[in-house]
Amino acid sequence: MKHHRILRVVSKLLIPAILLYALYVQFHGDYGPGGGFQAGVIFAAGIILYALVFGLTNTKKVVPPIIVRILMAGGLLLYAGVGVVNMLLGGNYLDYDTLAHDPAHGQHIGILLIEFGVGTTVAAVMLAVFYAFAGRGRQ
Amino acid sequence: MVRLTDLFGVAMLFGIYSLFSAAIFVVLDAVDVAFTEASVGAGISTILMVGTLALTDTNEAAPFKISFPALFTVVVTGIALLIGIQDLPEFGLASAPVHTHVAPHYIGESGTEIGIPNIVTSVLASYRGYDTLGEVTVIFTAGVGVMILLGIGVGGSRKSKSDQDD
Repeated sequence: MKHHRILRVVSKLLIPAILLYALYVQFHGDYGPGGGFQAGVIFAAGIILYALVFGLTNTKKVVPPIIVRILMAGGLLLYAGVGVVNMLLGGNYLDYDTLAHDPAHGQHIGILLIEFGVGTTVAAVMLAVFYAFAGRGRQ
Repeated sequence: MVRLTDLFGVAMLFGIYSLFSAAIFVVLDAVDVAFTEASVGAGISTILMVGTLALTDTNEAAPFKISFPALFTVVVTGIALLIGIQDLPEFGLASAPVHTHVAPHYIGESGTEIGIPNIVTSVLASYRGYDTLGEVTVIFTAGVGVMILLGIGVGGSRKSKSDQDD
């Protein structure tokens, strides 16, 4: 799509806003609607928009597939790891009260961490599925 | 949608349908669900469907014959579900089981127990942490499944080289 100048300019303006909005949805999920699932999908949508306009080869330079593969497992491991840390600190699995001296504060930290894990895995899986589908046609 | 054979149109209609569902969820005050439906249903799913169509054909392959055993199964299941609906409590009934079990505890106590304003996030991430871990595992497994079947370009050059050798 090299000749679509309007598409290129508009998407260049939009993509940073989309990625920033995804981060807002990610970290504001405690206070408003949103959370890891939605944020991950929006983040992936921003990168997919980049791929549609600037091509798959450029996108794979920005977000290499190996990174996607690592992030996919990393998010889930972060989530499960928070549970293990809770057990090591003497609580039940995924009982965030143990993460800080104040139980409510511990819940805050726990929810923020696991939502980040959810967002990472969702965004990476969406990108992996898109890479898998979009990469087929070029072979 | 049943009569449409242009699959590109079907994909677009699915996206529009998802967007309307999201609007319904907003009307029902379920903004978190609406958000998910709009981003996943109308956004990513449509992109993936269109991406699949780009690899295959945009027209439906062949008019299929009506399979009577399948039609029978669907009709019987549908009638059973309609009978089952009769036993559901009235819409919005305050004494329905769903409103009397754990929901009052979540609404009343999550402010002091969890301390964050969005009760949906409290339930999803803390009270129902196991379920959400399961959901993330499902998404991860789906991603791994797609990667095993199609690959995402990690070590893909080696594979295509061996294909050329064959």
